[in-house]
Parts: sequence; structure tokens; C-alpha cells
Amino acid sequence: MSPDPAEAQETAEGRGSAKERSSAEGREQGRRLSPARVLDVDPLLDDPKTRIVVCCGSGGVGKTTTAAALGLRAAERGRKVVVLTIDPARRLAQSMGIDSLDNVPRRVKGTEDQGEASGGDAAEGGGGRRAGGELHAMMLDMKRTFDEVVEAHADPERAAAILANPFYQSLSAGFAGTQEYMAMEKLGQLRAKDEWDLIVVDTPPSRSALDFLDAPKRLGSFLDGRLIRLLTAPAKLGGRAGMAFLNVGMSMMTGTLGKLLGGQLLKDVQTFVAAMDTTFGGFRTRADATYKLLQAPGTAFLVVAAPERDALREAAYFVERLAAEEMPLVGLVLNRVHGSDAGRLSAERALAAAENLEDPRIVDQGGGKAGLRNSPESYGSSRSPASETSDASETATDATASEEGSPADTERPVDRLTAGLLRLHADRMQLLAREQRTCDRFTARHPEVAVVEVPALPGDVHDLTGLRDIGTRLAAGATERTDATERREPT
Amino acid sequence: MSRLQVVSGKGGTGKTTVAAALALALATEGKRTLLVEVEGRQGIAQLFETEALPYEERKIAVAPGGGEVYALAIDPELALLDYLQMFYKLGGAGRALKKLGAIDFATTVAPGIRDVLLTGKACEAVRRKDKKGRFAYDYVVMDAPPTGRITRFLNVNDEVAGLAKIGPIHNQAQAVMRVLKSPETAVHLVTLLEEMPVQETADGIAELRAARLPVGRVIVNMVRPQVLDAADLELVGTVKRSSVAQALSAAGLGGARRGGNAEKLVDPLLRQAAEYAERYALEQEQRGALGELGLPLGELPLLAEGMDLAGLYELATELRKQGLS
Repeated sequence: MSPDPAEAQETAEGRGSAKERSSAEGREQGRRLSPARVLDVDPLLDDPKTRIVVCCGSGGVGKTTTAAALGLRAAERGRKVVVLTIDPARRLAQSMGIDSLDNVPRRVKGTEDQGEASGGDAAEGGGGRRAGGELHAMMLDMKRTFDEVVEAHADPERAAAILANPFYQSLSAGFAGTQEYMAMEKLGQLRAKDEWDLIVVDTPPSRSALDFLDAPKRLGSFLDGRLIRLLTAPAKLGGRAGMAFLNVGMSMMTGTLGKLLGGQLLKDVQTFVAAMDTTFGGFRTRADATYKLLQAPGTAFLVVAAPERDALREAAYFVERLAAEEMPLVGLVLNRVHGSDAGRLSAERALAAAENLEDPRIVDQGGGKAGLRNSPESYGSSRSPASETSDASETATDATASEEGSPADTERPVDRLTAGLLRLHADRMQLLAREQRTCDRFTARHPEVAVVEVPALPGDVHDLTGLRDIGTRLAAGATERTDATERREPT
Repeated sequence: MSRLQVVSGKGGTGKTTVAAALALALATEGKRTLLVEVEGRQGIAQLFETEALPYEERKIAVAPGGGEVYALAIDPELALLDYLQMFYKLGGAGRALKKLGAIDFATTVAPGIRDVLLTGKACEAVRRKDKKGRFAYDYVVMDAPPTGRITRFLNVNDEVAGLAKIGPIHNQAQAVMRVLKSPETAVHLVTLLEEMPVQETADGIAELRAARLPVGRVIVNMVRPQVLDAADLELVGTVKRSSVAQALSAAGLGGARRGGNAEKLVDPLLRQAAEYAERYALEQEQRGALGELGLPLGELPLLAEGMDLAGLYELATELRKQGLS
């Protein structure tokens, strides 16, 4: 946790963009997943020009946790942060004090403000905690947000009519798409308030997770569409010359809609649309503004994924969509990456050794050479033959020594346990290999995307300590690679 | 066995995989099942390693014993046009509607219409009969939206029936609700042995029950094999490092002396065991929580090789073994 000052300097200048690392460095032994570019989150969070961080990704990859951890870290590094979460797990929400739905940001208690005003040098290590930071958080209440928009754009009488309309009530209570519109609306509101210098937003768990990008546009095209004009003033349209063909379509349409929806629902919709008419302009302007805000230089998109096939496929899709929409992607956060400090012992060798312990006859073959199959793909296999040979004589003596005491009894609890440890390790190494393959596929497809890996935790995170830990791991992802290499180097 | 099997679960728990395995399992021994996708993610096509599914029922797999699995990715827009044509012979009006943006409105903006179309199409497949009066499909398995949205998704017809108090949409919504709230339907929830998915499962069940939707079972997915048992775990805390080093050495992994290769493995391996122990304890806790739900539980193993088509057949066999299909 003490980054090389020169390096920190360099990244501070690079403003959160990835630093190129020589691929040979660190890749050989320690780190398993080896993206071409490494994402360094601290410079990104520290940069005053970063105003919005959007965390997107498929469900179940830890988006909300990542957003909360980034927010906490930024706050403890001196920024005034608000985290907008959409659907946090209950205990996480409770720990941040945002489990009550009042749709306004609340200050999160228990964030550490060390008062170390002097520590404000970007090049300084030591956790980088700085004074003056604040963490606020809120959970989106989409109905309330929708109501607020209506109230802001319509006079009280009209607003009351809209809020009482049955069609509006269903629409705002959260049918497909409403959550996305309202998440973006809330983001726009928070940004407009300018009370915070960093907004971290978690995106809704949508069908297709980029619905929140489409939402403003879709709303806009709908509101500009002919359907709205039809619903609001069919007579006006019908009276225009040169629209005869359309006219036929129109009357058929109104008839069809009436037939389909039932007269009363159509009336509800028409009343709603008529009442909303004056507010639509505002809606549309806001939707456009939010979309532009997302494309602006102060916004940073982080795609969150886990090293699993589906999650990374979705991540690749996100990366492509963001590029197509000209949204500023800064990198991929890869959560729950597994590692091993015994990475040089391959799964195959561990299994063979476990079998040796469970079936003692093989042990007699000295050095355990029997069954020591080294897959060429396994980690560290390249160096094992040499160390194995140099170690062999020693092994033989040790083995003999241990056999004197209790001649190879499989029921010996320590042997049983050790065999279990080795099987556990083999499972771990197979998991690593699978994660590696999955990630390689992503990296091959998107070598331009900077990646930061967050090591897996055994349990869930539901307090600030846990979030702080995740934050540390997020930041360490960029520096750990060299440490890990040292730690895992044999000799 | 309910003929409409709805599979939901928190994101990342593998509900698409479980739905597909269930469709395969139910098709075993000459049955015919339809696997329905409603979220436009093309997860089924990816799982079965075929090209993207069109809006068309198409055979995608053969089950052991000669059964067939068909798949359908329901596209709400096409479902709406389909519906207009089927009931009102409104093909032309459908195009006019599309031009006006009404179809887009109906399937993306208008409350619930999208969900009505999706559930409506699935229920139509459940009720469909061939010329001889037999059901077109023995079972319909739906890869449904995640737990957080499942109740609203399935219950939307109730709401729509309330909004449109008369007319064809009202009738259609009610007909769908009759299927969804009957024993013909079972809603299964997929979970992992982790806190958040289990919590969400418990919340989801409470919501489904409150809406009087028939809850089927909880399927625990990706269950890791037990590598160390309770006795082992107890020993992990007390065992002498040197004994483990000696055992590793005896197994052929190098020297047990300080600095020897076997000795250097001891700490990392014991650390991994401690992580395992922590996770094991958390998993036991979650098992306990699931036990309190009062629902039948099924378990599917974590496949060491990752998910592929062969793995899907393996899971289907496992489902049959556990009597889940």
C-alpha cells in the first residue's frame, strides 16, 4: 500500500486513464488475469474534474457495492460525494443509513475524516486520506421522483390532476422503463444542484442493462411523436389539407385504440396526455440535457463485471454500446477475482499429491514423481522441473523420516487434512484457470479497456468497514501486481 | 406437475441455465417442452450454442429418451402485431400503428402492456392444442425476469385488468391471470448460498405469496462440493505446521524443512482452508435461512468446467434425479 511516488505522479497526470504496463512485468508468476492496461481508480476519484461516475453492469456482479465503495473512498480522500443507489441490499442500505425512502441524500455517518489537511499531496501514499470529504447517499424512489418532475413543471391544479390520473399512477409506480427514466432524472437533479463535487451512480438492474441510456431518447422520441399529437388533438390533425391518407389511418387508429384499450382507459390516457402537454417540453429538455451530461468530459463510466462468462459477455456489450453512444468509458472493474499464494503448485500436481497421501503405496516411489503430470497450461509449470529436481533428495529423506514414526496410514488425520488442503487448492487453481480464460477472451476482444481487479472476499459486504476494504482493494488493484510478483516469487 | 414452470432468481444466480436444464429434464422420455425467453437477452441461444433465436418456436435440443425442447424468444413488438392480427385481423392497422410510434409506445412506455404481451404469449402456448385436442406442449418453461421484478411482472395483468375495466385487453388480462394463479403454474426461485441472493429469495417469496401467485420450489444453484468436513476444519485451527509440511513432503511436493518447497506451501494452503471455513460457515447459515422458508429445496452442483452444453445435460439429469421435473 505504498505506491512508488514517481508512479503516482505519473498517474496523477494521466487522470485516471490507464497506464500502460509492460506485459512481461508481473504477468509471469503472480497475477493471473493480465489485461494490457490497468485502471487506477485513485487518480480518477481525486481529480476535481471528475464529477460523475456511472457504474453499469449486469445483475449480481456487485455494482451497488462497487459504487458505494468508490463513493466512500472518494469521500475519505477529501471529496464531497453523493452516491445514488437504485436497489441496494437491505443491510448495506441500513449501514449507510439510507434504508428509509425519502428520496433526498443523507449524510452517511461513520466516514473517517482524519483531519490530515497536510496529506493532500497526490504523490503521497499512506491511504491518501484527506480532510474535508463528506459522503452522502440516497436510494432512488422512482414514484416520488416522477411526482416531483410533474410538480416542478405544471401549475398546482394541473399537477394535482395528473397525480390523480389512474394511468399516471401505474406509469409512475414502476412499469418497464420508469426506473431508468427516473434514475437519469435524479442524476440530472443532483448535478444541477451542484452541492456535491462528485456523484457516483449505480444503474438499475434492467432487462438490457443499458436501458438507462435509451430511456431519455426513447422518452423524447415518444413525446415528439405523432402518437402524442394524435392523442391530444386528433381533430386538429384531421382538418389539415393533404393529410387525407393519414386521416384515414388516424380515425382507424383511434377506433383501434378504443377497441383495444377499452373506452375508459383511452380516456384516462388522453386526459393524462392532455394534462401533461405543457410539461412535456420540460421533460424532453431535461432528458436531452441528462444524455449530454453523460457524454460530457466530467463523466466516467465504469463497467462492472465478475470473471464469469455471462457477466463478461454483457460487459463487452456495454463497452461496445458506450463507444457507439460516445459515452466516456474509463475502464472495467472486475470483481471477485480469485487468487492463490501457492500459484506455482498446479492443480494437476496438487491432485496427484493428494492421491499420494490417500493411497500411500505411491509415496514409496520417492519424490512422488509418479502421477506428477504437469499440464503445459498450468501456472508455474515451467519452473517446477528444476526446483523439483533440486528438491528431490531432500524429499526422499523427509519422506523416510516421517514413515519411521507411523508407517503410511491413510487414516492419519493430518494426511487426510493435507489431502483435503491439496484438493481445495486444485479446485482453486481450476477456478483461476477458468477465470483467466474468460478474461482473456474479453481482453482479446477489447484490449483498449483498462481493467482493475478486485480480489474475492469470502463473505458479503454490509458495513462501512467492508466497503472501505473493497475500496482499498480497488485502489490496490493497480499497484498490487508488482507486490504480488515479489510475494509469489520462489526462493 | 404444473404445466407452466416459471423460473426466476436474483441476477447472476444462473436462472437461464436452470430454466434450460428444467426444460431439458421435463422433455425427457418423449415429452415436448417450450422454453420461453422474455427479456430479449438471447441467453437461451448462447446456452444452446445456436444463433440468435427469432420470434418463432424452434426446436433447439433433443432430450434423453427422445423428447424435444423448443425455444421462443418473445419480442413484445412482434407479439403485439401478432395479437392484433390474430384477434382483430388488423395487420394493416398494425403497420399504421407502428408508423405512428404507437407500437413503440405500447411496448416500451405504456404501463404494463409489454408484460401483458409477454405473459400472454406464454399462457397462449400453455393452452394451445393441436388438431387432435392434445396440448401442443407438455410443459412451458419461462426464463422470467429477476426476483426483484417477478411479482410485478406476473401480476401486471391484474393491474391492467383494473386499469382497462372493459374491452379486450381487460378480458385478455383476466384470462392470463386465471392461468398464472392456478395450480397450472409454479414459480421457482433460483438462489446461491450467499446472503444477498438468499435474502432476495425470501423477499420474493413473501411478495409472490402476498399476490397469491403459486410458489414452486427454491433451487440452490452452483453448490460447491464439500472438500473439507467439520473434523478437517477443526484440525485446520490446531494442526502443527510442521506436520502438514511433512505430509506435503511425503506426498512428493518437496522439502519439509524451513525454506523447503513443501514447507513454503503450508501457509498459503492453510490460508485457503481458513477462507474455505469462513465461506462454509456462511453457507451453512444461508442453508438454515432457506430451510425456514418452508418450501421444497433442490440443489444443483457447481460445474468445475464451467457451463457448456454438456453441463446443461448434466444439470438436467440432476434435476430428474432429485425429482424436480
